[in-house]
Amino acid sequence: MKVSVQEAPFDFAAEMAGFGVGRADVGAIVSFTGVVRDDTGRMQALELEHYPGMTERAVTKITEEAMARWNLADALVIHRHGRLDIGEQIMMVATAARHRGDAFAAAEFLMDYLKSRAPFWKKEHGLDGETDWVAAKDSDEDALKRW
Amino acid sequence: MVEVLYFAWVRERIGKARESVETNAATVADLVAELRAREPRYEAAFADTSALRVALDQELSEFDAALSGVREVAFFPPMTGG
Repeated sequence: MKVSVQEAPFDFAAEMAGFGVGRADVGAIVSFTGVVRDDTGRMQALELEHYPGMTERAVTKITEEAMARWNLADALVIHRHGRLDIGEQIMMVATAARHRGDAFAAAEFLMDYLKSRAPFWKKEHGLDGETDWVAAKDSDEDALKRW
Repeated sequence: MVEVLYFAWVRERIGKARESVETNAATVADLVAELRAREPRYEAAFADTSALRVALDQELSEFDAALSGVREVAFFPPMTGG
């Protein structure tokens, strides 16, 4: 299991190259990458504030829960903070399991929990210099109920 | 004495990221009441606690939670990670 909260970009290919390989108990590997998107055409960058210490603890706890609940062979979570440009990779999760159902479910669980239970706060920086905190969505909170 | 931390728009409204607070507040809600009474910028930040979350010693908690033994209290809006 690997958890990293970092400002620097990550190398998706390098992370995946060694993930879950060479194990007889892995039949399925799922990965997800989150990318900074601009829905309005007026965004310049996305800034992610975090809570040093608590963020690492919260992400580790969520990942440990996924490992135990779906009996994963391995799990990887990398989440960035700081200022990111449009198109940059914000975060990635990867899960390795015996069967794909567990690998997919664990990856979705990780995403749902990272969205609403890991202390990160997104702020949009507009091309016009204005900034806006991104509001949490009710649908993100509702997504936790399925777990 | 507790260390109080603020994040995101709570930090911006109050104008600082952290401060040491001398308090005998029994619960988080009592501490919020003390902070609100300080200055308008605290009043503005804590006007609607249903829009806020609280963590005690880096674990999510509730506003009716007891503060005894707690060293670090953090206030922030609902999280938007992922």
